[in-house]
Order: sequence, then structure tokens, then C-alpha cells
Amino acid sequence: MPYDNQRAYDRLVFELSSPGRLAFSLPESDVPVEPALNALPAKYRRATPAALPEVSELDVVRHYSRLSQMNYGVDTHFYPLGSCTMKYNPKINEDAARIAGFARLHPLAPEAAAQGALQLMYDLGKMLAEIAGMDAVSLQPAAGAQGELAGVLMIRAYHEARGEKRTKVLIPDSAHGTNPASTALAGYEVIEVKSDAEGQVDLADLERHLGPDVAAFMITVPNTLGNFEPRVMEIAERCHAHGVQVYMDGANLNAILGITRPGDLGFDVCHFNLHKTFTTPHGGGGPGAGPVGIKSHLEPFLPAPVVAKKDDGYFLDWKRPQSIGKLQAFWGNFGMHVRAYTYIRTMGADGLRAVSDNAVLNANYVMKRLEAYYDVAAPGPCMHECVLSARKQKKLGVTAMDVAKRLLDLGFYAPSTYFPLIVEEALMIEPTETESKETLDAFCEAMIRIAREAETDSRGIHEAPVTTPVRRLDQTKAAREPNLRWRPRS
Amino acid sequence: MRYLPNTAQNQRAMLETIGVRGIEDLLVRIPAKARLSRPLALPSALAESELVRHLRALAARNADAESAVCFLGGGAYDHYVPSPINHLILRGEFFTAYTPYQPEASQGTLRTIYEYQTMIAELTGMDVANASIYDGASSLAEAALMAHAVTSRTEIVLGGGVNPLYRRVVETYVDGAGLRLREGPTPEGVLDLDAVRRVVGGKTAALVVQSPNFYGCLEDVAAAAEIAHAAGALLVIVSDPVNLGVLEAPGRQGADIVVGEGQGLGVPLSFGGPYLGVFAAKQEFVRRMPGRLVGATVDLDGARGFALTLQTREQHIRRAKATSNICTNVALCALMATIYLATLGKQGLVRVGELSAAKAHYAAERLAAVPGVSLRFAQPFFKEFTLKLPKSPERVVARLAKQGILAGLALKALDKKHADCLLVAVTEQRTKDEIDVFADALAKAVA
Amino acid sequence: MANVLPDLRYTREHEWAKKEGGRIRVGITAYAQEQLGDVVFVELPKVGAKLTAHQAFGVVESVKAVSDLFAPISGEVADANAELGQKPETVNQDPYGKGWMLVVSPSNAKEWEQLLTAAQYEEFLAQGAH
Repeated sequence: MPYDNQRAYDRLVFELSSPGRLAFSLPESDVPVEPALNALPAKYRRATPAALPEVSELDVVRHYSRLSQMNYGVDTHFYPLGSCTMKYNPKINEDAARIAGFARLHPLAPEAAAQGALQLMYDLGKMLAEIAGMDAVSLQPAAGAQGELAGVLMIRAYHEARGEKRTKVLIPDSAHGTNPASTALAGYEVIEVKSDAEGQVDLADLERHLGPDVAAFMITVPNTLGNFEPRVMEIAERCHAHGVQVYMDGANLNAILGITRPGDLGFDVCHFNLHKTFTTPHGGGGPGAGPVGIKSHLEPFLPAPVVAKKDDGYFLDWKRPQSIGKLQAFWGNFGMHVRAYTYIRTMGADGLRAVSDNAVLNANYVMKRLEAYYDVAAPGPCMHECVLSARKQKKLGVTAMDVAKRLLDLGFYAPSTYFPLIVEEALMIEPTETESKETLDAFCEAMIRIAREAETDSRGIHEAPVTTPVRRLDQTKAAREPNLRWRPRS
Repeated sequence: MRYLPNTAQNQRAMLETIGVRGIEDLLVRIPAKARLSRPLALPSALAESELVRHLRALAARNADAESAVCFLGGGAYDHYVPSPINHLILRGEFFTAYTPYQPEASQGTLRTIYEYQTMIAELTGMDVANASIYDGASSLAEAALMAHAVTSRTEIVLGGGVNPLYRRVVETYVDGAGLRLREGPTPEGVLDLDAVRRVVGGKTAALVVQSPNFYGCLEDVAAAAEIAHAAGALLVIVSDPVNLGVLEAPGRQGADIVVGEGQGLGVPLSFGGPYLGVFAAKQEFVRRMPGRLVGATVDLDGARGFALTLQTREQHIRRAKATSNICTNVALCALMATIYLATLGKQGLVRVGELSAAKAHYAAERLAAVPGVSLRFAQPFFKEFTLKLPKSPERVVARLAKQGILAGLALKALDKKHADCLLVAVTEQRTKDEIDVFADALAKAVA
Repeated sequence: MANVLPDLRYTREHEWAKKEGGRIRVGITAYAQEQLGDVVFVELPKVGAKLTAHQAFGVVESVKAVSDLFAPISGEVADANAELGQKPETVNQDPYGKGWMLVVSPSNAKEWEQLLTAAQYEEFLAQGAH
């Protein structure tokens, strides 16, 4: 491990502070300051200065450089987190987003002064619509969960416009947690539909629930076990027969680019995670972007404003009387739109198809190499990810979490663990297309080594990780005695 | 393809291991009739150099704050972004990391979020801050829902000075919960406290006040707190944290929840996003808070370490009953704000506020001296103010844009009551010369 | 097999109920706290709150799980264990004793008879309850 000395570094920026030290440079005022301050009533002025750190510029640079070294990122480590699509984030995307004409453009600039930005958004929307087989796309949602909220609200508005009162949304028990949370936020009762052992929808259970009180069925394709649901078109047809709208969680879109399209499968709505499929960086937990695509019958309900085009240019169309409203103050995470646009223009149609082909190939390769050592949650072929179970290892006292922690010591980030909920001791592995066979082989060797250690001598596994800046943390203490901010030692 | 490392030889070897002849054999579960029988209809791929040229051409069609002089505000501000921020956030260990679910391999992100929570709590005068929400408007929407959860009441009173774009986001978010929005009367730029007292009552979950408000005016937060609390409602304050070096912390004036747009703290304007939703609250409400929280704890050896905590509030555990649906938030923007606040520090943030206020007051004096132009409200303001113009503000804005001046926001589109008004923001970035040129250009435009 | 006390009654959601004069003391079973792991938070209703049998009255949380607490019996909350706010670990340490949660004044005495006996609850656990 490259960062052994990190164990010695345990500072927060507040602990570097020394009164009077400066890291900023601001000009002298060229206008009088006192009159302005005197114009502020005393009761509105801060009585006690905010206790921010006082450090030098090198303190800032070194501190955050060292903190960064305590992280694993895609740039430094293989990151096989299932459902998260931790692919390489191209550097040119970052350059593109930093061009001043994009990065320093004010959202309320007159439309005539923002034509390049509006054109980029308009074209990105068109390209995403083509990729998903949808009729229109809103770029406004800030992340996948907000895309879900927008999609479900549009479905609600659609039913209400038809004078139908529907109160329930059906969601498989294998779904991401955001699906039920977004649906509840939109005012619906969430009904869980059973999945079979392979993560496929239990059609009988679905049929039992379908009815005039159901607004939508929300499903992830490929499903959260990494498999394509072969009856997906039949499911969509059955839902439509009951007037039920069908929503596709697009978290796993990386598996099907140019192969099949949500719109062609029968979906009415799907969202995109630009930070998964379209290479915008995850940033340690965002920002992302969660555009939502829809079929034409939902178009009147799109979030406002809609980026539109007329003869003399692009504009924000606010005249949307049936719109579900706004989700963010402005037009969406434009900086992420620039990155995703850059990526799609880099790849082209053939490139995107090759993305999914290689993502599927890599996942099947990993699954094949590991199937003798770990239980496979659902038989292959899988799509872009595979789900293993450590239930065999658990009988030997080694859990999925132990496997994950040991991987950290062997130089890999961990797969997603304990998701989907329907798989015991789940290890969900998504290699992505940007990893080489050599990397996958090294990862598989590490996984095999852990399986062998579990059988022979699991002490190292239970001690793991020992090469990281900290060892396993006391999460119970963190939750029982929440310490959510630094305070000076008194 | 430079992002795809598998060679034809690699692919053959992998297919052989898998035991299939081709990748098509791995796609057999996809129904044939759903297969796309043609290539996607996308523009052809561009080489990096071609793409850069294309992007620069698009960007050149925008009048950004570098190529024009920016007096636009209304929720996004052209504050200076110190150089170290960009260098540090571009460290791949930060920007290519995932949400810190494996804390041992994510201490960098976790520590920066803990620092961020501390700084925001300190600035706002609140007990706890979360790891971020998408932007100021969605933070406010989450606060309205949280106030409903805390009080079990069903009305939200929004002060008339709340940014109308925020109001529209709140409307979208509270619709599902069936909450009713009412307006806190704001006839002359600030809340009419007596009128507000009559609107806030036993059904009010929260009184929401923005200060400085959309028109730039400072509101009497302490008086609003008294009104809200007398009715058993929470006080939610919408605040711009970059102002809080100079302006009083809302927490010291009685706020129960403080939200706001943190874009000014080192986050690029970027045509509206990604931004930084600030969210802070009193300790007693921590288990009702939306979003992620990082806490300090110890590891097996007793060393200090950090981890996500109180996660049972969140969607991946509580699912339909979660406090919010938020998952991905804006950690990298929170990191920008953390580095910004570390760089500006105790003295710098005060200077940014003082300089912004000074330039704004100078600009207000200069612009209001233009014949026919006046300050619309006789209220204290900070870095933003509303002008009444004798001619169509849209036309003035369009005309000045051609001269390289982004004059401000013509209010008509967002606020019909003030169709003759222009909202002007002035940050520490503007110079006396720029303001003087603006005043001269405005004089000509309205003459 | 987790500890089941003979003189208590039980629910299928793993609450226990104990008669104390005219009142009923309520908590969660040893099995329940074992399944949850380290309890980090308990949310209980206020004194005076009305409970309905089989309906949720509060929650108990571990680091990565949340469980609703279900009322074994309808009635009014006469007392709630305030100490659990400071020391949630008491639920793990002494689930049938200091880890009690509520004392309820029952409104429908017949409901007591519908609760599981210790033998029935043991059998329920033996069948692989979850």
C-alpha cells in the first residue's frame, strides 16, 4: 500500500489553526467601506466572529492533499461497486466543464447570452432520448433520486389529468431504497412485489396487485441481481392493460447502450444517472445528475422550464401549465451535462455499444472465474454486474463485510455488500468496461485468496483492514453518541 | 477506443473462459423483438482535439462572468474562487471516489465532510449540519417537509421575500404530503410582521424567511422567530452562508432550521448547477434530518476515525419511511466550500462580506442617482438591491448585454408585481470602474 | 435458543407483555435484541398516548436496521422508560428487566388472552420465526 505514513496523520483543519495566519488574497477596497457597514443595523451584524480556521495556503494544500490520500478512488484503485458503475472519468470532461463560457456562466444570464449552453442542453436531451428510445428528456433532476421523484410526479399528474385517482405504486423487493422513498415522497403508498430467487419479478404476485388503484410499476432493468428480465415486455403490457404506467430505474443502463432501449421495451418513464453511465465523477457522493426521459403522453407534465428551440435560437419554455413544477432553483446540474455531452460526443454510437458489450463481457468473466469459490446468486449469463453470496464463507465465520474489508488490504475497493436485500451475504460486483483483463485477473486472484483464507486461516480476514488509515470503526459508538462537529478541547 | 482496454485477443481469451463463442451469447435473455436493429442515431465520434474545438465554439456563444461584467444575483453570485480549490478537488482520490460507505478506505472524504459540517454549523449558529442537499431550493423543500414531520402540522408560511424559484421547488416537493403553502405578506420589501402574525397559527408547521431576501433586503429574523415560536411553529431561515462573516448567524436569532445556497463558497456559477444545498438544524431535530451525516468515532485500536452515522434515517435502510429520498448529494461541492472556508478563514470571510457590501452600497448610490432610476425599497440591504427603472428592464438588460454588462435580473419573468424592477447584485469581484461604467451605460439606456 | 421467560406473554413481532396489577409492562424479547444487534436508539410514545393492539407505537434502531415496535395490547401509556434515551444498550443487556419500554393501562382485557404464551412463543421461534 502506498500510503503507510497516512496512519500518522490525524489532523482536522481546525487543529492546524494559528491566530493571524492567512491563506487568502483580496484587493484593497476601491470604494469606501465604512458607510456600507454603518448602513447595516447593528442587530443584523454578526456579534461574534465565526470560528473558522486560520491557516496558510500551504497548510490548506498539504492538509487536503493528505486527506485525499486517505481515499480510494477510481484513479487509484479498481472499484467494483455493484450498481454504482465506477468507470473511468475522462480528464477531458473536466477540462470541458472548466471552460469559462460554461463554468462562469450565470444561470440568469439573458437567453441571448447563453445560446451555447442552451444548445448543449438541447442536444444532450435529444441524444439521451435517442439512447433510451424516449420522446423527451428533462435534464433538471439533480440526481437519480430526484429523477425518480420527477418521473413519479409526472405519472401522478398524468393520471390526475385523466380524472383517475390511483394511490399505489408497485416496487419489487429487490429495488434500490430510493425507489420506495421517492414514491412515498410523491404521495403514494408503496406496495412491495416479490421477486423469485433469481431476482425476477414474481408475475403471479404482480398480477395480484395490479388494478385500478395502481399508478405505476417501478423496476430496475437489468435487475439488481445483474440479470436481464426476459419477460420485461410482457410485464409492461400487463401493466398497461390495467392503465398502470411503467417506470424504469436506469441505474443499470450501462448494460444495454445500443443493444436495447427502455422505450422499445415498453417503458413510459426512465431516469439516467449521468454519474454512472455517462462518466461524470462520483465526487465522494455527488454531485450527480438524474435526467428523466418520458414518452410523449407525459410531455405536458415535464418539469419547467423546458429547453426548447425556435427559428432564432434556443430558449427556456416556461409556458407549461400542466408541469409538475421545479426541482432545483435553476435548470439542472449543467456542469454534469457538459461532462456527459463531452463523453457521448467522444464515444459516438459505436463507442457506446462497445461500452455495454465490454461491460457485460467483464462481468461474466469475473463471475465465471469466481463461481467455484463463491455461491452465485443467480445463474448467468449476467449483464454488466454479477451478484455473489458469501453464505458458504459465513458458515466458516467470514461474512460479506469481512470479504469487503480484506479486499481493501489487498489493494481493491470493495464490491457493494448486503444489496440487493433478497440475497444473503450479497457481494455485488460491477467491473465496468474501462477495466482491463489484467486488473480483473488480479481482482479475481484476491477474491480466490480470501475464499481460501476463509477455509484455512481467517485471522487475517477478521483483522482486516490493517493497511488503511484507520482500522474497523466503532459504528455503534458513532450512532449512540453522535459527534457531528468538531469542538475545541476546553 | 482509449477508454476501453480489452483487445480482440483479450476478448477471445475471456469468452473462452466463460465458455461462449461471442458476446452475443451473453445477451440471449434480451427479447429479440426489443433488440435495436440499427446503430444509435448519434453524431459521429470526435477526436479529443476536434471535440475541444467544438466545445470552445459552444462556450464562446455564452456571455460568462469572465467575458462580461456580472451584476447578476438572484440566488447565484460571482464570488472569487481561490486557486487551490480547483487543484485540490481535481485530486482523483477525491473526485473519483464513491460515497464513503467503506469508511476505512474513505477517511479523506469523511474528514472533509466532518469539517464541512463543523464550518456550516459554526457559520449558521446551529448545532448540526448535514453533508449537503442538491441546492438551496431543494434544501428549503426538505426543510418544509421536516418541519411537517416534527410538528405534524400541515401549513407552511413562506415569506413574500423568499426567492420565487425556491417557492416553485417547495410547491413541487410538498405536493405529495398534501401541505398547504401560505404567503407571509411582504408589501414593502420586507415582511409585514403584524400581518404575518395573523397568518401564522396552530396549523403552521414552519414560517420560512429568507434574509437577505430575494429583493436584497434584510429581514428581522429575531422578530420572525418570536412569531413562529409563539404559534408553536418552527422558524426556517434561508441564508447565503458567504454573507455570514458579517451578518448575524440565524441560529443566534432563533432559527430552528437554516438552509441556503452555498454556491458562493467557491462553487462555480456553471449555469445553475451543480450547487450546494446547505442544511443545518438544532440538535433536537437531528433524527428527522434529511441527508447524510458524518460522525467521529474510534477504530479497533482506539484511533480517531470518521464514519457515516444515523443512517437509519436514510432511504437505503428505512426505504419508504426515510426522512428523504436523497442519496447522491453534492459532496464535491461541499469539499469546494470546505476548502474555500479554510482558505478565507476567520478574517477572509469577513473581508469578502465587507467588500461585497461596500461595492453594493457604492453601486446602489451611483445607479439610483441616474435620472429616473431609484431604489425600490427603503430597507437595509447587503450585497443585492432592487432598482425601479423608468424603461422596460428587459430591454435595458438586453441593451447592456451587448455592451458586455450583465446588468442584473429583470424581475418581470419571476415576479409580475415588480415588472418595472431590476435586481442588481455586487460582489467583491466588481471594481469601482466597472460600477461607474455600468452607471453611465444605464443612464444612456434609460435616457 | 434465546431466553424466553415463562410468566410473560408474547407477540409474533417479538414484544413481551407482563401483568403488573391492572397494568401491562412491555418490552422486546431477548431474541429480538439479538437479531437487531447493538441497539443505538429507542423512540417511545409520551405518557398519555393511546395504543392500539398490533399497531406500531415506536421504533428501535441498531446501526443498520430499524424495527417498528408493535403494541401487544390496546390502552394508554402510563409510563415510558426514559433511561433508554441515554442508555439504549440497556435493551441488549437486560431486555426483560431494565430494558423495559412502556407500562400500559389496557383498555381491552380480552386482548391479553390473544397473546402467545411462553410455550407458543418458543414454538414460534423454533419454527424459524423472523
